Parts: sequence; structure tokens; C-alpha cells
Amino acid sequence: MRKILFMCAALSIAAVIMIGLFVFVEGYPLMQKVGFFNFIFGKVWSPSEGLYGILPMIAGTFSITLWALIMGVPLSVFTAIFLAEYAPKKLEKLINPAIELLAGIPSVIYGLFGMTMVVPMIREIQKAYFGNVASQMQSGYSILAASIILSIMISPTIISVTRDSLKSVNRELKEGSLALGATQWQTTWHIVLPEVKSGIIAAIVLGMGRAIGETMAVIMVAGNTVRFPESIFSPVRSLTGNIAIEMAYAAAGDHTQALFGTGIVLFALIMAINAFALRIYGKGVKAK
Amino acid sequence: MKSKTTETLMKGMLWISGILTLTILMTILVYIISRGINKINIEFLIQNPRRMGMEGGIYPAIVGTFYFTVTTILLAAPLGIATAVYLTEYAKENYWVSAIRFGNDMLSAVPSIVFGLFGLALFVVKLKPITGGWSILSGSLTGMLMILPTIIRTSEEAIKAVPKEYREASLALGATNDQTIARVIIPAAMPGIITGVILAIGRVIGETAAFLLTLGGSILIPSSIFEPARTLAMHIYLTAMEVGALDMAFGAAAVLIITILILNLATHGILKKFSRASS
Repeated sequence: MRKILFMCAALSIAAVIMIGLFVFVEGYPLMQKVGFFNFIFGKVWSPSEGLYGILPMIAGTFSITLWALIMGVPLSVFTAIFLAEYAPKKLEKLINPAIELLAGIPSVIYGLFGMTMVVPMIREIQKAYFGNVASQMQSGYSILAASIILSIMISPTIISVTRDSLKSVNRELKEGSLALGATQWQTTWHIVLPEVKSGIIAAIVLGMGRAIGETMAVIMVAGNTVRFPESIFSPVRSLTGNIAIEMAYAAAGDHTQALFGTGIVLFALIMAINAFALRIYGKGVKAK
Repeated sequence: MKSKTTETLMKGMLWISGILTLTILMTILVYIISRGINKINIEFLIQNPRRMGMEGGIYPAIVGTFYFTVTTILLAAPLGIATAVYLTEYAKENYWVSAIRFGNDMLSAVPSIVFGLFGLALFVVKLKPITGGWSILSGSLTGMLMILPTIIRTSEEAIKAVPKEYREASLALGATNDQTIARVIIPAAMPGIITGVILAIGRVIGETAAFLLTLGGSILIPSSIFEPARTLAMHIYLTAMEVGALDMAFGAAAVLIITILILNLATHGILKKFSRASS
């Protein structure tokens, strides 16, 4: 009995290793053929000419993620503080399930919302205020659209991790501060937030991982053009989008292998980010 | 004076953030449902799509979603619950257990599309004689790995929440450890476990990227698990992006979001009943 159960339990770790291994085995031959350096830092992606450089997609993923964090982190952290310290019980009971629901909304729905609501809005704003932008950048499908949608999608992760670490702060600490005459915000800012610094950083890093790994919502609003981003209105393609869009028609051989190669980069990136987040989060917990 | 101004200002910002989060959710829900709801009628639900999804209904996508979800849960739930039982009841805190927990955390972080690549390489291509290539089975095996962490985590919490007295009473009556786990602990933890399974169902229904590479996306009704199918979420993506039939996509999106809402309410209902019963 014990042995059978152990085998079930070992599956999850075996799965992670197998996923890494399979993606690596499928993608490695091409990486070796064009050279690891040329693959990562190559500026041209043109499978028909046999050119496989994924730097534009790496730049795309990072620009989307960066803007998503810039927009999403303040809102999420503030919401978490509100929920943990300030919100009346009734409102807390309304917002907490709302955040759960926000996390449960399928990514295609976010994508559909983005392409029919956010993208046209950006297009109108551009037409009205940024008439001099090059016309291929005026479709509305852009870094901005993708990062707005992603900032919403990563907020449940950041909110719930931050909220939970805020709630774990000792009550005596807060009461002591309040008793000494500090206001509620002074207590939050000087006492509570320094206590949970590692929790908030872990929350942001986890949110970042989610943004890098998101596929469907991004390909529905980012425009997917393979080119270096020039402004926030540029259409870009993400690493995830590259795989999802081209796998449907990629011929077996180099092209497919290059998409698996993109997967290797993505997998390595996400694993590193999450291992890092778990470590700082674990340290924060242990310190208590 | 200054600290008072900051106090008011920050409080205002916090309130605005909290309300804004709520508003964003409501906007998305109301927008999708209001644009899709008038598309939904009996014909839409029970007809086949015509002209690649430009007209007609979404019946094959509903059937596909149902078969696919059932298969995935049947594969994942026993494994996940077994793992949770092992971790909570049998394992001692040693190197292996922390490795398993680490693996679990990592597995839940792997992006959907990477699961898709893995499923494509292993289940669709390498195991084609068994799975039939792009098929419900290939998609379900991929989906199983995606939802395992959710099921394991929630089941673990549910088992840990079972009062100690239950176990002690059972052991005192002469039951063995295995009997206690099978007849006392697991039944007592069932509501929590079911909540986890429903959460996992929500995830399977909502995911798209991984299944785009493994499930095949056929518009026909599948007749066995060795045939390709498409889920509602895939149908939304394909009709919106590749066919360009936005109104059809909104109809399907409204159906999907209502399903997710119902699943969410169900988990809350079960948890509420559970906590009332045990208190």
C-alpha cells in the first residue's frame, strides 16, 4: 500500500523532469545546429530561410511582462493591503471571492475581452492623440494591450500571496505601534510592510512567472509580428505565442525543433523564476 | 497635520484599489455575458457548427468539453488523492518528501504551452499507437499533469483538517492504520477533496494552449477517447482568431463563463455546508 502511494506521489517530480527532458531532447538538435548563441541572440526569425533567432520574441516577452508588472503590481499590492488591514468585513467577503473568480476566468475570455474592448480603445486613443505614429503601429494590437490584460490576469496571484503574508504578521506588533500613537498607515508602512518584504517580492516574482508563461490572452491582443519593439504601441510576439502560432503549420524537422527550442528557453526561465520565488518565500516563512 | 494628510490620502488610495479590482471583474463578466447572452438559445446549444463555425451551434464543443473533462478527472483525481494520502499519512519529513513537494510546486508553475509541447512530443507522437495521436486521451494525459498539483494541495489540506479525535477513536476501536485512513479519514475529508476536484475541473475547462497542441481541435463530435475533439475554450479561440466570427465566439464565451460561475458557486456551497457541519 505504502509503495503504491509513494509511486503516485513520485509522479509529480517525475513529470517535471520528464517535461524538461522531452522538450530538451526535441529542441536541442536545432540549437546545436544553429549554435546556442545564435539561437538566443539571433535577430532574425525566418523559418523559410532557415534562420532561427528568438531575440525579438525574448524582447517581446520581457517588454510585455515589464509593463504588466508596472501596471499590475501597485494595484495588486494596494488591494492586498486594503484586504488585510483596512477593508470592512463585509467588503472583504465580497472582494475575496471576486479575486478567486478573477483567477478562474479562462485566458481565452481575457483574450476576447482584450481584442474587442482594450484593442479598439487603444486604436482610438492613438488616432486621436498620436496621429504621427507609423501606420502599422496603429492597429491597437500592441505591447500596451497585452500588458493591460496581463496586469489583470496576474493580480489574483500577487494579491493572494501578499494578503496571506500580511495576515501572518503578529498582532502584538501592530498593536504596539498603534499604542505608541502611530496612525494606521504609519503602522502599515513602517512596521507591517518591512516584516513582509520577502512575501511581497515572492508574490511579484510569481506574478512575473505567470505573465511570461501566459499564451492565449497574449496572442489574441499582441499582434504577433516578429520585430523588435520600438514603442509601447508596437505589435510584438511573445515566446509562448511563437510556439502556439507556428506549431499548427510547422513542418517536421528544423522548424518544429526550433519551436521546441523556444520551449526550452521558456521552461528554463520559468523554473529559475519560480525556484527563486520559492526560496525567498521559504526564507521569509522560516525567519518567523 | 502631515501624518494626518498622508493617512487620508493613503486610505483613499487603498479604497480605490480595492474597489477597482472589484470593478474590473464586474466589467469583464458583464461585458462578455451581455454580448453573448442573446446568442444563446436551444439551437445554439444543440446544433452543429456550419461553415467552420460562422453559423450554427456549439454542440460538438460542449460534448468535447464534457468527455475531455471527465476523462482528465478520472485520470487525475485518484492519483492526486493517493499522493495527498501518502504525503499526509505515510511519509516522514525527509529528503524525498521535500523533493515531491518541490516537484509539485514546480509542476504548478510550468506554463500551459510547455505542457502542450511535452504532450505533443510524448503522447501525440511517441505513443501514437496507444493514444491515437491527437485525441481526447492525449489531451487528458497532458491535462492530468496540469491539474495534479491543485488536487494534491487541496486534498492534503482537507485530510489535515480532519479532527485528531476521529483517528484516535478509530484506532482505539481496534482498526488498523490502513482501515482508519480508508474508512474514517478519507470520508471525513471528502467535501474538501471534492472542492479541489471542482477547482481542477474549472482549470481543465479554461485552459487552451496545452490542448491546442494535443487535443486536435476537430469540429466533429468525438465517438471515443482515441479521437480528436475541441473544448469550448478552444472553440472560442478558433472562431475568434481563425474564422473571425466574433458573435459566435461571444456566444460560446458566455456559455463558458456561466459554467465557470456555476462551478465557483458550487465550491463555495460545499465549503459552507462542510464548515457548518463540522462546527
